[in-house]
Amino acid sequence: MLRTVTLFSVLLLAPLAVLAEVTLSGFVQQNTAFNTAGQNPDGRHYKWLEERAQIKLDATGDAWRLLAKGDLAYDHLGRQNESELREGYIDYAGGNWDLRLGRQVITWGLGDLVFVNDFFPKDHEALFAGRPLEYLKRGVDAVKLGAYPEFASFELVLSPDFRESRIPDARRFRLYDPMPTVVNRETVKPEEGDVGLRAYRDVAGYDAALYLYRGFQRTPSMRPDNMTAPTRITYFYPKLSVYGASLSGRAGEGVLSLEAAYYDSREDRSGDDFTVPNSQTRLLAGYQIQPVEDVSLGFQYYAETMHDYDAYLAALPAGFPVEKRWSHTVTARLTQFFLHQTLRLSAYASYNTGNGDHFVNPELRYSFTDRVWGAAGANFFGGKPWGQFGQLARDDNVYLQARYEF
Amino acid sequence: MKHWLIWMIAALLPLAFTSQAQAFSGEEVMKKSQAAFLYPGKDFKARVVMKLINKDGQERVREMTMLRKNMGEAGGDQKYFMYFFQPSDVKDMTFMIHKYPARDDDRWMFIPAINMVKRIAAQDKRSSFVGSDFTYEDVSGRDIEDDTHVVEREEKVDDRDCYVVKSTPKGADSDFGYKFTWVDKANFLPLKEEQYDRKGARYKEFTADEIADVKGIPTAVKRTMKNLQTGHRTEVAYLKTGYGLGIEDNLFTERFLRQPPRKWVD
Repeated sequence: MLRTVTLFSVLLLAPLAVLAEVTLSGFVQQNTAFNTAGQNPDGRHYKWLEERAQIKLDATGDAWRLLAKGDLAYDHLGRQNESELREGYIDYAGGNWDLRLGRQVITWGLGDLVFVNDFFPKDHEALFAGRPLEYLKRGVDAVKLGAYPEFASFELVLSPDFRESRIPDARRFRLYDPMPTVVNRETVKPEEGDVGLRAYRDVAGYDAALYLYRGFQRTPSMRPDNMTAPTRITYFYPKLSVYGASLSGRAGEGVLSLEAAYYDSREDRSGDDFTVPNSQTRLLAGYQIQPVEDVSLGFQYYAETMHDYDAYLAALPAGFPVEKRWSHTVTARLTQFFLHQTLRLSAYASYNTGNGDHFVNPELRYSFTDRVWGAAGANFFGGKPWGQFGQLARDDNVYLQARYEF
Repeated sequence: MKHWLIWMIAALLPLAFTSQAQAFSGEEVMKKSQAAFLYPGKDFKARVVMKLINKDGQERVREMTMLRKNMGEAGGDQKYFMYFFQPSDVKDMTFMIHKYPARDDDRWMFIPAINMVKRIAAQDKRSSFVGSDFTYEDVSGRDIEDDTHVVEREEKVDDRDCYVVKSTPKGADSDFGYKFTWVDKANFLPLKEEQYDRKGARYKEFTADEIADVKGIPTAVKRTMKNLQTGHRTEVAYLKTGYGLGIEDNLFTERFLRQPPRKWVD
């Protein structure tokens, strides 16, 4: 529906384009990721192998702007021709308010690959398969209203349709499956949309924000039709509300980021449905410094705790992996530039101190010219077979990205 | 006797005036220079084209709109807003600095690829600005109090009379050991600067290559910074320059960092 509206608006506004400044740009890219620790479940040796082109149209008038980004790709691993509207929206800017209508990428919160108050859909497969960073986020079809009175700024995001995060493809990644013998599976998506609100302002030199979300978990839960003799598994997106806050600002030599959120699992308030995530509190503390020129170091501590842990334990069927009440994760990122910032080395590592779950992503990126860049990197995973990263232990890969921008 | 005294005073008068003209201390010259170079007008806008040229002549271009607003007197707080046009992989990126003398800046960056605003750590003002030979301090100013300044001599640069000021950092955290600045006596613009490294070897050289009159304010619209040790240089041209444009305070907020208004970024 919203996509149709956007398309219509695009057509309607097309004549206005002559009054506006119009720019066309885009890129062509090659992206390859090959396995270093074994085959895919489907027997292939690549996690990703595709050529991709993107066209970006940007038309700007006085108070309005139209932006459309469309991708065409050829995937060599079975998906073949793919097309996608990455973003497509119209902006209107009033005096102390604005509006964005259409498919848009929204990122809230402060985390580096750790999400506390970023409720918007992600593409986890893109991250694990060595795709460029921008593919980590998926657009939402939404109306975003911004209001900017003196005392604070507000962003309200209303999506008529729920859009889920993309999880890794089971043909390419070895995902943990507690019931591998059940082949009859279906996915049920929520028929409602969702809504998010962010309010932010400066508080004594710190950027302070409050977040509210009412919608659904972006990654699915699985529910068997019968525990003892399951014949069918249903994937569904449990109801979720989030109440969060963040604060960021200078502390000592660096930048301190703090985030907290309460995840109200509305589908399982008592916590005794093991198929639905327990209500949680999520906490994040991050610190970033620049010790010397062109070097930046970032550290994060992230904790999750379950609110109805005893009910969770009591309801968990025998044979299912038991999670701890508290989960503690530390991450570190090093970024260093060389050669007048045309060569960038970055390395990210995440480690869960409770179960050893870990993820390491080093990358080297070089701009050959102002239009051509290439990157080489790797994704290494490890931990317990049911952990977020541990299940991907045999999905380690090395990737290459090359892009020509025009 | 009286005549003798009058003649003596008359003879000394020009000297008195000259010495008064020379009575600027190094610090005063640098303060006036900072006011003329980095603080003129209530606000300022320019389309900045930076060419990064290596010793083999290979060029990279960084192009941005730079907006600056003074929040008080010369030498006081300033806010900067930058919108990048080039290179293509940073197109639409915006960058904001709240600059405070005598303490570290606040900096924010908007990354359009993931639509995220990030505060960035910024304690090293001597680090390179977008990979160029200019540092953040070269772009937005170095605190006068960080160095001691002495007027060493007076000298012409082309046909302009200049003070030559030697500045030596008080602390040991700087990449340069000392520097000389040729400050135009008439308009106080720095026409030339020679930096020496901590071992005393020539390090970097700044030149103001073209001074233009913009709304009655002399402005260095072309400038070059050369690294004499690597042979790398950065040439900067300021196009579409303007002063006193009425840039609103609220431009320098997250709202416009995410959605830069067209009227300011062309």
